[in-house]
Amino acid sequence: MNEFKGQAISWQIVNGAIELALHREPCNEIGSGTLEELETFAATLPELAREAHALIIHSTLKAGFSAGADLRELYEGSRGMDKQEAVRGVREFLRRIHGVMNTLDAAPLTTIAAVHGVTFGGGFELALVCDIIIADRMARFCFPELRLGLIPGFGGIPRLKRDLGNAVVRDLLMTGRSFNVMKAQQVGLVSQIAAEGEALRLARATAVQVGKFDRRTASAAKEFMKPIPYEELKREIEIFCELFAQPAVEEGLRKFVENEGVQPYLP
Amino acid sequence: MVEFLRRDVPRDMVVEWMPGAKIMPTTDNTLDEILSLAAAHFKVPREKLTPDGDFFKALGIDSLQALDLLTRLEHHFRIELPDYELQGVSDFRTLAQRIQARL
Repeated sequence: MNEFKGQAISWQIVNGAIELALHREPCNEIGSGTLEELETFAATLPELAREAHALIIHSTLKAGFSAGADLRELYEGSRGMDKQEAVRGVREFLRRIHGVMNTLDAAPLTTIAAVHGVTFGGGFELALVCDIIIADRMARFCFPELRLGLIPGFGGIPRLKRDLGNAVVRDLLMTGRSFNVMKAQQVGLVSQIAAEGEALRLARATAVQVGKFDRRTASAAKEFMKPIPYEELKREIEIFCELFAQPAVEEGLRKFVENEGVQPYLP
Repeated sequence: MVEFLRRDVPRDMVVEWMPGAKIMPTTDNTLDEILSLAAAHFKVPREKLTPDGDFFKALGIDSLQALDLLTRLEHHFRIELPDYELQGVSDFRTLAQRIQARL
């Protein structure tokens, strides 16, 4: 399946690079529909990898790369539900999304996130699984989960800790503030900054460059440099589920979903 | 010098004028630069923007566009302006004060 066109994502191989496009309005919120399609992609990846040396993940939406988890679906799906049952549902969702993220993280390809605009929460976590982040100069990164009484649940903290100093991770988490691209590059998160609208073009050029080197060597270097923190990732799911059982979370989700203010994205 | 500061050039290119001395832009300079930048980017006549006006209404922007404005202001003034400092801020003058505090 070299080409796929779904409701939330699409992919095709262009010049030896798989281009995975996110296009679920309004800003690529990741809910069960997106998860299903991402699982299909993850299952197809070994086949695609035989014909490609790189993977580029990008968004075709103006608003940004991704606003993260579909909180509306999470709220509607768990509202009024028995708490234990709701936690079981969330745990299952997290187990599945972690499966996708871990597959992408370990992919035997060079993976590049070409991000712009809103790159928040789960969207930020999706970018973090990639080997290289190339960001449009208008990109912003944020983990707003604490205001809901939660922690990031798609592998955010373990992968941020892998890449950045703990002090920066704490600032991002504890304040919930967003970083611009200059800050993101300064702390070592973003490796290349693109002019507005140019991130995908830069990602394609980078994909061409990495294709010049031996695939097996590149995979060995990646495995050596980018270990996957499986134990911490499992622990993250446990902490998330413990927190999700707290009554404050449903209230936080309700406030977010019902917020019609002009600044819902500001923590 | 005030006229010079009003131009849309990075701040650190204009503030040094003699060794050891820096001209600190005033809040009025900062406010003027914000109004000019916002008017130009969101294509609103500059004269329709007032210091105490609600920038969401005056510019006709939503929260995502407000983030866009925040990013442009950070790039222009070469500062970091945490979102939480803007919570509840909706007029240009207060925005200028928040930015001024980080110059």
